Amino acid sequence: MIKIDAQNVDFYYGSFHALKNISMQIEANTSVAFIGPSGCGKSTFLRLFNRMNDLIPDTRLEGKIFIDGHNIYDKGVKVDTLRKDVGMVFQKPNPFPKTIFENVAYGLRVNGVKDKDYIEETVIKSLKQVVLWDEVKDKLKDSAFALSGGQQQRLCIARALAISPSILLMDEPTSALDPISTSKIEDLVHELKKDYTIVIVTHNMQQAARVSDKTGYFYLGELIEYGETRKIFTNPEKESTQNYITGRFG
Amino acid sequence: MKVIDQEIAALKNTINEMWALVHQQIYNAGEAMLTGDKELAYKVISRERRVNAFELKIDSDCEDIIALYAPVAIDLRFVLAMYKINTNLERLGDFAESIARFSINLPEGEPIDPELIKITRVEEMLHELLGMLSLVQEAFEKESSEIASRIFLKDNLIDEINHDSARIIAHYIETHPGSALAGLYMSGVIRKMERFGDHCTNIAEELIFYLDAKVMKHLGKTEDNK
Repeated sequence: MIKIDAQNVDFYYGSFHALKNISMQIEANTSVAFIGPSGCGKSTFLRLFNRMNDLIPDTRLEGKIFIDGHNIYDKGVKVDTLRKDVGMVFQKPNPFPKTIFENVAYGLRVNGVKDKDYIEETVIKSLKQVVLWDEVKDKLKDSAFALSGGQQQRLCIARALAISPSILLMDEPTSALDPISTSKIEDLVHELKKDYTIVIVTHNMQQAARVSDKTGYFYLGELIEYGETRKIFTNPEKESTQNYITGRFG
Repeated sequence: MKVIDQEIAALKNTINEMWALVHQQIYNAGEAMLTGDKELAYKVISRERRVNAFELKIDSDCEDIIALYAPVAIDLRFVLAMYKINTNLERLGDFAESIARFSINLPEGEPIDPELIKITRVEEMLHELLGMLSLVQEAFEKESSEIASRIFLKDNLIDEINHDSARIIAHYIETHPGSALAGLYMSGVIRKMERFGDHCTNIAEELIFYLDAKVMKHLGKTEDNK
């Protein structure tokens, strides 16, 4: 089943043409990695999926992006509702200055959930999903800032999961983490794709190879190649892709 | 030059050195067999240790590149192909040694009957095999899958000579009972040479995998043309 369907997408920052006629289909319950050099447009494209670029002034989108068959840029689409369905995790862990429990409960509370039992149940479930529960169950009232960087990032993923999205966007989620924490997040991606569709931007080529079912290689705003990760990393179609993944770029 | 490029270039050099050594070993083993030169045969046997040392070094170099540089795409295929070509070259080195031992085990002062050499076409077979080994090496140096693919036709001649040899040698032993041992040894050498052809074919298949990402294994021979 096609979860995300981008059709002929162009995107401009002012007069800068950042994305050029990109079409891509992402199937449900798969993980897709976007790779490419800095400035290639991969994060811009990722942020279109939950309309994060709407916040940037003087930007313009052409083309259509469908999620579950609905164009998310249609008039009348509520961005808040969209972002409940499309969660996002950023490069640096960004917990709120609240307790561990409240960080995960936050999304539920701002969405008007008042049932205490449901909130508690969801917080526990989300922390278990990100394999953080055993590490924090005795200090749920401690500040989230007391956690390590890797724990904070998993907490942020739990926060995103608590509001039951169906898509999880991850923008370089491990670039600020040590190898052990990175490994935990990567294991998590494998687990989470059973229930979610995951799109991950990464500069770590081996990470893309390890965690994704499909990989898209971007360069200068174009999607150069998109296909099975196994194929991209053993026998890519385009020479440009091969030069990038083997480190001979430029 | 990137570090991984340097490692790959160094591995390629080592493979080339091993290739040249193995080629020389087979040439010398053939000469020793055809001329009865036992001194040359002993030289082949003593140099076999160098072939084995190359095999260990190349195994270790491939392991290091995979562990340290995590190669992908054409780099990964290169390392995997070199790992397998290394094994095939080592087997060819073993083959040269066994031919040399055959020469040494012949009765003193009795070189192989020239008639046996002629009727079995063993010299032609040896010449063809050395040509095959040179051809795959040329394909490797020029990175040409087109040259590598020429090997597959050449292997048919080797198979033909091998196929005919049993009948020819059986007849030779019947008519030359005093040379039965030499006939049996020759039969063993020809069987080994047939395997030599298979190793050259394997090397060509690995080169095509490296260069074009095409898997050629188990495509060539059918029950009909075996």
